[in-house]
Amino acid sequence: MTALTAPLTRVMQARFGPSAQVVDMTRLSGGASQETWGFGLEVPSEPTRKLILRRAPFQSAAKGEAIGLVKEAHIIAAAARAGTPVPEIIHVCSPEDDLGDAFIMAHVEGQTIARKILRDEEFSHARSRLAFQCGEALAKIHAVAPHSLPSDLPISHGLDQLDRYEAIYRGFEMDRPVFELALAWLRQHAPQPLPTTLVHGDFRNGNLMVNPLGLAAVLDWELAHQGDPREDLGWICVNSWRFGVREKRVGGFGALEDLLAGYQAAGGQAYEAEDLTWFQALGSFKWGIMCLIMYQAFATKADPSIERAMIGRRASEAEIDLLNLIEGRPHA
Amino acid sequence: MHEAPSSEELLGAVIGFLTEKAAPQLSGQAAFHARVAANALALVEREMAQRQPADARARALYAALLNDTSSPLEALTKEVCARIRSGALACDDPALLAALREITSAQLTIDQPTYSGLKP
Repeated sequence: MTALTAPLTRVMQARFGPSAQVVDMTRLSGGASQETWGFGLEVPSEPTRKLILRRAPFQSAAKGEAIGLVKEAHIIAAAARAGTPVPEIIHVCSPEDDLGDAFIMAHVEGQTIARKILRDEEFSHARSRLAFQCGEALAKIHAVAPHSLPSDLPISHGLDQLDRYEAIYRGFEMDRPVFELALAWLRQHAPQPLPTTLVHGDFRNGNLMVNPLGLAAVLDWELAHQGDPREDLGWICVNSWRFGVREKRVGGFGALEDLLAGYQAAGGQAYEAEDLTWFQALGSFKWGIMCLIMYQAFATKADPSIERAMIGRRASEAEIDLLNLIEGRPHA
Repeated sequence: MHEAPSSEELLGAVIGFLTEKAAPQLSGQAAFHARVAANALALVEREMAQRQPADARARALYAALLNDTSSPLEALTKEVCARIRSGALACDDPALLAALREITSAQLTIDQPTYSGLKP
């Protein structure tokens, strides 16, 4: 029992009848600003359903670029209507539910840990089709009708993000020549923005629920925004998400050709590899700055863990990836 | 001078304790952080061995690039950043790219020596 069980039970009973019971509440993950809970829903004469509660305990002080959980739930529902594999949204909480900024969704069986998905025998069949399926899912995300999205969903194109991350980097007053090089190169090579679509914003290993048949659900929509569809296609190619399997450009599990073929098969635009290089480089730059942001959380004692400190030493990973991209090296 | 045990030996002993004794007896987040702690000390170990030669080499590379053999590494690094930002050093300058690759590779050999991006 937790303090959440009573309000959650009231919500579930309003939805599933007065005999509905919440069982086995378990904290799955999350930091101070956001929590994920798993629980069972018992309704007489039906099998127990596994559900997930996502909540921000205090008023939706959405941090950074995060859009807040209610908006996130509405976007997941819109993506589902467009045919994207996502967890079913069961309930979007309102203030009188007494659960904070929150929503309840179905639990989807599968694995999100990249090292298992990339290496375990159980996922060998999934690996052979995952890049194609990711392409299909992204094409459907990018085809979500604009009128079905929250009207105040932020618009952020590649250069907007470059500006934002450059400002953060400048604020740190660190002299990192490779980040300077990346900034100059990205500014010189910026492509014309494409017409705005829904962008997932964090489509990568860790946010993809995979089962032995392949992609089961796209998770973690908190960075969703309106922007350039190539951003998502480039982000899943960032070497940091390949977890050592560098020769497979898409998430360490697949070929870029398969991603683009799946994208086109599901109605997406036809892109070439070189259309994504700029967005992949933007992704590596953003990840490098994110490493420094996480280190700052340690340096300012906001989060004193060794893990936060050590992540600062991963900025050099993004630097070598940026050099590999800028120099056009194989498997960049 | 007290060199027995050396700093390296002490670090090695603590890393061994964290990975072989502490982590297996811990669970969940604490076990994870014990392993991260051991990784952090292994990084310190590499840095103790490699920082000085890496900095000397970086200084030589930047000195050649900027034609300035008198400034310290920190000032040279700041100047390289300023010249890239102003365009005085071009993004496709082969000497710049070669220097940055060598310096970044040396830094990664300290930070994350098994990172895939280091492979040719």
